[in-house]
Amino acid sequence: MLLRHTTAKEIDRKALTINPAKTCQPVGAMFAALGIHGCLPHSHGSQGCCSYHRSALSRHFREPIMAGTSSFSEGSSVFGGSANLVQAIDTMFTVYKPEVIAVHTTCLSETIGDDLTQIISKANDDGCVPEGKQVIYCNTPSYVGTHVTGYSNQVAAFVKFFSTATPKKRNVINLVAGWMEPSDMREIKRLAKVMEARTILFPDMTDVLDAPLDGHYKLYPTGGTTIEEMKLTGDSKFTIGLGQSCTEDACIKLENKCKVKFEVVDIPIGFKATDRFLMSLSRHANLPIPDSLSDERGRLIDLISDSSKYLYGKRVALWGDPDTLIPLTEFLVSMDMKPVYVVTGTPSKYFDARMAEILKDIPEAKFKSGELADMFLMHQWIKQEGVDLLIGNTYGKYIARDENVPLIRFGFPIADRPGHNYFAKTGYEGGANLVKQIMDGLLDHIDTNCLEEKVEFQL
Amino acid sequence: MNKNKSEMDLSKFMDEVSPAYPKKVAKKRAKSIVVNDPDAIPQIQANVRTIPGIITQRGCTYAGCKGVVLGPTRDIVNITHGPIGCGYYSWLTRRNQTRADQPEMENFIPYSFSTDMQDSNIVFGGEEKLKQAIREAYELFQPKGIAIFSTCPVGLIGDDVHRVARQMKEELPGVNIFGFSCEGYRGVSQSAGHHIANNGLYKHLIGNNDNYVRKNKYAVNVLGEYNIGGDAFVIDDLFERIGVDIIATMSGNSTLEQFETAHNADFSLVMCHRSINYVAEMLETSFGIPWAKANFIGAEATAKTLRKVGQYFGDQELMDRIEVVIAEEMAKVNAAIEKIRPKTEGKTTMMFVGGSRAHHYQELFNELGMETLVAGYEFGHRDDYEGRSVIPSIQIDADSRNIEEITVYPDATRFNPRKSEEELAKLKEAFDIEFNEYKGMMTDMKKGTLVIDDLSHYEMEKLIEKYHPDVFCAGIKEKYVVQKMGIPMKQLHNYDNGGPYAGFEGAINFYKDIEMIACSTIFKQMKAPWESEELVEAEYVFN
Repeated sequence: MLLRHTTAKEIDRKALTINPAKTCQPVGAMFAALGIHGCLPHSHGSQGCCSYHRSALSRHFREPIMAGTSSFSEGSSVFGGSANLVQAIDTMFTVYKPEVIAVHTTCLSETIGDDLTQIISKANDDGCVPEGKQVIYCNTPSYVGTHVTGYSNQVAAFVKFFSTATPKKRNVINLVAGWMEPSDMREIKRLAKVMEARTILFPDMTDVLDAPLDGHYKLYPTGGTTIEEMKLTGDSKFTIGLGQSCTEDACIKLENKCKVKFEVVDIPIGFKATDRFLMSLSRHANLPIPDSLSDERGRLIDLISDSSKYLYGKRVALWGDPDTLIPLTEFLVSMDMKPVYVVTGTPSKYFDARMAEILKDIPEAKFKSGELADMFLMHQWIKQEGVDLLIGNTYGKYIARDENVPLIRFGFPIADRPGHNYFAKTGYEGGANLVKQIMDGLLDHIDTNCLEEKVEFQL
Repeated sequence: MNKNKSEMDLSKFMDEVSPAYPKKVAKKRAKSIVVNDPDAIPQIQANVRTIPGIITQRGCTYAGCKGVVLGPTRDIVNITHGPIGCGYYSWLTRRNQTRADQPEMENFIPYSFSTDMQDSNIVFGGEEKLKQAIREAYELFQPKGIAIFSTCPVGLIGDDVHRVARQMKEELPGVNIFGFSCEGYRGVSQSAGHHIANNGLYKHLIGNNDNYVRKNKYAVNVLGEYNIGGDAFVIDDLFERIGVDIIATMSGNSTLEQFETAHNADFSLVMCHRSINYVAEMLETSFGIPWAKANFIGAEATAKTLRKVGQYFGDQELMDRIEVVIAEEMAKVNAAIEKIRPKTEGKTTMMFVGGSRAHHYQELFNELGMETLVAGYEFGHRDDYEGRSVIPSIQIDADSRNIEEITVYPDATRFNPRKSEEELAKLKEAFDIEFNEYKGMMTDMKKGTLVIDDLSHYEMEKLIEKYHPDVFCAGIKEKYVVQKMGIPMKQLHNYDNGGPYAGFEGAINFYKDIEMIACSTIFKQMKAPWESEELVEAEYVFN
């Protein structure tokens, strides 16, 4: 057994997190910053933070992840990291020539209280920031919130530093992307295009974290929301945030700064969340939803209907981030499955409220968010009463093997399989992709484990 | 594009890159980029701070201490004291394989333990939370050992992990509890963490248990072998076959007991000099166990290392057994080389990893007839490049001074030189075994090759652009950059999930993996047919 020390017996843990269902803020900020064209993320802290975050994102996306670090020494930890950051800004603009540097802090620089406004203004005064270039920042102390908070803080910083309201309003809808794959963003952009809606998606990792292999490495890939587009978000007529925990803050800031009204909807995972997204876009862009999308929806419903016999009543354990878990759990319920255990390390009252609502007809369901809501606890629940399916990141494979339960990879990180950044899980087509994966997982498991005489030729 | 090796002048490389750097940066980098001459080894600048803003391969002290040295041990509950990230990123990310055959045997490798410090812990201190975490770890798992690893904020807010460890050791008798001050900001790279880990191993574990029951007449330690991809398993198997005990492998698939009994060995073999040389020295000073540099990467190197063991013990029967194993294995190795070498001969490589790997893996490439044009370490010191003879002349800077140097004395009752000075001198004379010595990478690299310490992203791009190696070796952060350029990339930290690469069996695995890279056709498909020049020309004429 891999997780041989995990037993069904829970103790009242107060301090020890075991196998977390979250990581720290800065990696979220680094990820989000990659969605701005020409942007070089910068980690203001020890080298290890930057190295760990780049490694984690590289393993997941199998794409180059570039970022700078302030390379703190013991001296800078005592005397402050100002000199390091100013030098880093100078070095990066000289050597790596980004359009913008997006600095995020770490637990180290936050604990010593480095003032980024002051340091960046010094870098400007010292002439380290070339004409037309910019340094932006956000605070991402690792001891507050999670990677989700870091993502949200970085996206809010884009609004704070770039969005500008001019008297000229544009018939454009801003779409604020929550933490999802470039494939998911590509699908959302496609849906908007089918609707003939004019949109600005930010951040946008398409053509960044799914870049083609053509023999030419680009430190700044062709994709990403341009700074020009980011500025224009202030003139858009409405903003739709996709995922409460990653985008609401940015939406609020954009409304306060540029008077752009907003609505936050779920990331469109599953048909219900996709319905709501399309209806929101239709309402605010004042455009009809074309028949072709109704057909896409119909095909998803057809697929679920074809699969229903195997989905009905299946017990599922899932873990990940609130913004994806909410629509995913809803999707499972809408397919008559039973998401019985749902865990996220990200603290969220919103998540708790939504889960209570979505799971109200499944009395045996348990969910938990925040501190100590970890994969060890979830595994203990599974030991108490088993499940038929796991949906979550690669760390679930250890539970899957021990408990002999199929695992559908979803979320971050997926370090052991390629391609998740190419195949969407959003929209109706993404929903179909997800149903296909779930069915393959369940049926392959049956085919491998059932008695020989029970092997079925047909569905 | 210069594909002809003999026409390449690597000495011009610094001139190529320096204009892109700010002046001060260029000046500093110039000292870390040297043209090699094995007969007159030039000085290289190493183990100095990376310039802020330079995109570096390096990580931090915590990564070196918890991630590298202590992480692979399977029966210690390793608690990261800090916010969640550090414990998370060092969770199962280094491919340290562990095997605990019986269900009752401990194996905590698939677990990540963290105090997950919150802002209130930063403000009011995290010691109480740490104590409670240790209690909970004990209640759940009753481990023999609990180690505490400090992350950046711990040192800054003044949490004393060593005091907590002492107090909890009293509260939980029978459990060895110890802490490491391995905050990420100490030192200039992972290397500081190795040193801190070595000190801790010596202070808290080594020498605790005199009761080692030998299976064979002779017993060694294998130091600096982390069992990535199962390398240590291959070495275990070889020693089983030659009939020599390995008391402790530090630290691949190791247990607390292995550390505690390591001082009962007769000889220490040092694989990764950088990460473990301190322990090797301490075992020598305290207990009289000599050490020698060993290398199990490369078939020839493995044979040489095994022969060294035979020669050290001077036992003809052992030497005969070793020769039998070598003969058996070399037959398989030679068959593989014969088949694969025609496909790899004359190709070139560059490698930038670790504190030993960039040296060791040149052996394997040599066996395939491939030349290493450029190599460098991520966190090496001058002695890893130039040899230990330069140690007295290495300037101690502020960053090195911050790392605790522990003074070790001969153990009052257990110091027992395994070999007299005369015996060691004779062994050196007869077999050229260098004791307590590492000659470094540069002596094994050709004249005119390039050695670069702490390679930057910019330099990597330029190296590839200018010299087009056939295979580039580094880590995960470099992997996809290199491949986007259409150059095959071999990770030498995690082996791209390959391995084992150690020993004879590992060498064959490596040859096959490099053959696969050399023969893989996908990079020839980067251009769509309609993008090729011929078609463009045809279209032009057509118009």
